[in-house]
Amino acid sequence: MSEQLKSAELNINDIYDEVSDWHVNAGGTKVVAKRMSGRFRRLKWFGMSVWLIFFIGPYLRWNGQQAILFDIPNRQFNFLDITIFPQDIWMLSLTLLFFAILLAAVTSIAGRVFCGYFCFQTVWTDVFTFIETRIEGDTPQKAMKFKNSPNTISKVSRIVLKHALWLSIALLTGVTFAAWFTDAYQLWYDYFHLQASLAAWIVLAMFTIGTYIFAGFMREQVCFWLCPYARLQGVMYDQDTVLPAYDAERGEPRGKLKKGAMDSSKGSCIDCKVCVAVCPTGIDIRKGQQEGCITCGMCIDACDSIMDKTNQPRGLIRYASYKDLHHNAQPAPLYKRPRVIIYSFILMMAMSGVGYGFATLSSTEFQVIHNRQPVFVQLSDGSIQNRYTLKMLNKTNKTMEVQYGISGLEGATLHGIDHSVIIEPGKVIPLQALVRVPDGELNTELEHLTFIANVVSNPGVSVQYESVFMGPK
Amino acid sequence: MADNNKNPNECPDTGHEWDGIRELTNPPPRWWTIALYLSGLLVLVYFILYPSLPLVNGNTEGILGWTQINEYKDDMAKIQEKRAPFEDRIAAMSAEEILEDDELLRYAVGSSKVLYGDNCAACHGVGGYPQPGSGYPILADDDWLYGGTVNKIIETLAKGRQGMMPAHAELLTEEEVDGLVEFVLSNSAGEATEAQWKLYNEKGCVACHGADAKGIQQLGSANLSDKVWRFSGEPDEIRHTILHGVNAANDPKTRIAVMPAWNEKLAVRLEAEEYGDDPEEYYEGDETQRLSETEIKKLAVYVHQLGGGVE
Repeated sequence: MSEQLKSAELNINDIYDEVSDWHVNAGGTKVVAKRMSGRFRRLKWFGMSVWLIFFIGPYLRWNGQQAILFDIPNRQFNFLDITIFPQDIWMLSLTLLFFAILLAAVTSIAGRVFCGYFCFQTVWTDVFTFIETRIEGDTPQKAMKFKNSPNTISKVSRIVLKHALWLSIALLTGVTFAAWFTDAYQLWYDYFHLQASLAAWIVLAMFTIGTYIFAGFMREQVCFWLCPYARLQGVMYDQDTVLPAYDAERGEPRGKLKKGAMDSSKGSCIDCKVCVAVCPTGIDIRKGQQEGCITCGMCIDACDSIMDKTNQPRGLIRYASYKDLHHNAQPAPLYKRPRVIIYSFILMMAMSGVGYGFATLSSTEFQVIHNRQPVFVQLSDGSIQNRYTLKMLNKTNKTMEVQYGISGLEGATLHGIDHSVIIEPGKVIPLQALVRVPDGELNTELEHLTFIANVVSNPGVSVQYESVFMGPK
Repeated sequence: MADNNKNPNECPDTGHEWDGIRELTNPPPRWWTIALYLSGLLVLVYFILYPSLPLVNGNTEGILGWTQINEYKDDMAKIQEKRAPFEDRIAAMSAEEILEDDELLRYAVGSSKVLYGDNCAACHGVGGYPQPGSGYPILADDDWLYGGTVNKIIETLAKGRQGMMPAHAELLTEEEVDGLVEFVLSNSAGEATEAQWKLYNEKGCVACHGADAKGIQQLGSANLSDKVWRFSGEPDEIRHTILHGVNAANDPKTRIAVMPAWNEKLAVRLEAEEYGDDPEEYYEGDETQRLSETEIKKLAVYVHQLGGGVE
């Protein structure tokens, strides 16, 4: 308590002492990251190439149809031969759960792997900056020199070229996204003939503008200020999580290398700041783990190259856990880490759920609704009549012919449906059905009966629905 | 920009200082300022495009000419456009043909639900089953006083119905009434004796309810031989019906059974068609009818499929 009081008496200006350490880039300065080759650079290209699936996917065909199609107007999802209707949407939920937990599991083991190697923001930004550095120079100095050079035709045409390339990538991204939701080849045709639907144009405009702005201008600012994942990463880490980290014990005190000779009183860090120069979000990894770090490992490549040049062992900046850095302890094996165990359990549950869903995907959905207004009516011959709505959904891509019947209730007869019913693919046909039981043959006020729907067009397929028959007390 | 200011202490201030805390004049980020001005511009554009400023008489209309009611009308027009092919077919087809066409039947039933709720359900109840004891006819059963074919239902809807049974309080003795109540009950169970039949015939009930006591549809008299009761099957209630009749003049206790006419023009035409006459000569009114012909056709189909329609 007294200590706190004492600190309150300190000069107010002291609180600004660390202000330069707090500095985070709020977009005031443009980050021009130096591009260097290395292990993690290669890994990043590899990770980025996964997005080729996004660009190629819509053009794959299967039996004359688009192999993967999110058909929103028809409320269905086509995947190869399988058609998934909104009734099976729980499988999508489980799939999303699987990927969400996969993200958490990977993060708890090896940090923000997604951010560094797969995230669309990282990937598109990397491609955009690749183009930019090729045109305007690949270091902050060269970029500044280019910016301050006189406005010659050559300079202007280079800038125009850059934006033209950016916009064409953005356009391609927009068209590709839209292509997942409609026939891809037809979509290109429609766009070129200016006859695409309004929704298609809006999607194209949003994704083009979004890509252009987010990857071309906002870049790391998205990671800093827009992305929620960057903010909640902390709760997925533990002391065993490996992250790109600066080994301060080995590196400090840092100091400039003089006359090519190592000074034994100083640490391994020669303060060359190459790790800062290569960072796509412009942070200094030597200040420790921070929100701006997307764990892409570019600083590891950079530092390793310097260590090689100064004849020091690699790994001053390396993938290391908190335990490794501060206790010189090896991370616990995966099977002993509660987070990993819990995440794996959820992953397996989600996966088996989806597997179960696919294995039991039925071709129909049959539902019987007992009419409650009125629950029953007595006819002139004294028999009791109940009314039902029969709903049959055809989940196949072929027309279905269905015949209905009842069983399980003595004396009951089915009326109102005297012929088989044709159901088009993806459609639900509701039908009114009447069931009558002769006077005096009901034993209780509530009886059970089963409705049977036989698919005539596909013999052997038959679905049932348990319902009730109600009568007077 | 403010973000780049490594040391806020070196920033200009307003000159205000309290307890060593100075009020600085750090400007907000430029993108933020631009966004603020842009949103102001957006408001201006909105003011020009859409109705905005209230005036003494009305408001500025905006150059787009947008109004809420027009948007509503446009949406309604779109719905009508979707319905039009079905409505046209329904208008061109007879009710019997609609019952045979699965697709049209589904459309007619689906689109009549609201129509029925607005016009019929107040008396006949949702699903054709009125509040027990209310005295309104059940539409979900197969007992039809005036006939249960879809064309008969159209006729009922078009011209309305008015039940008619004289009050017998002053015509019958107490014993005779008791005997008739017993006859009606046992006849419904199929156990009427010859003596009971004799009383039924002698007291003139046979004139309206028929020789077999099954009612006469042309008159709309009740069927006394089935299990369905027009008003109630309780002995006291049957006695009440016999004593006070239905729609009987000068009897305040009489049962009321009135179905309003929903399209008199159609009613006149149907009648004229029946006799092979020109309907225009008969119908004199020119007021708008409560329900259109197509609406009546759809409602008849709807009522027909509630559970007891007759082929």
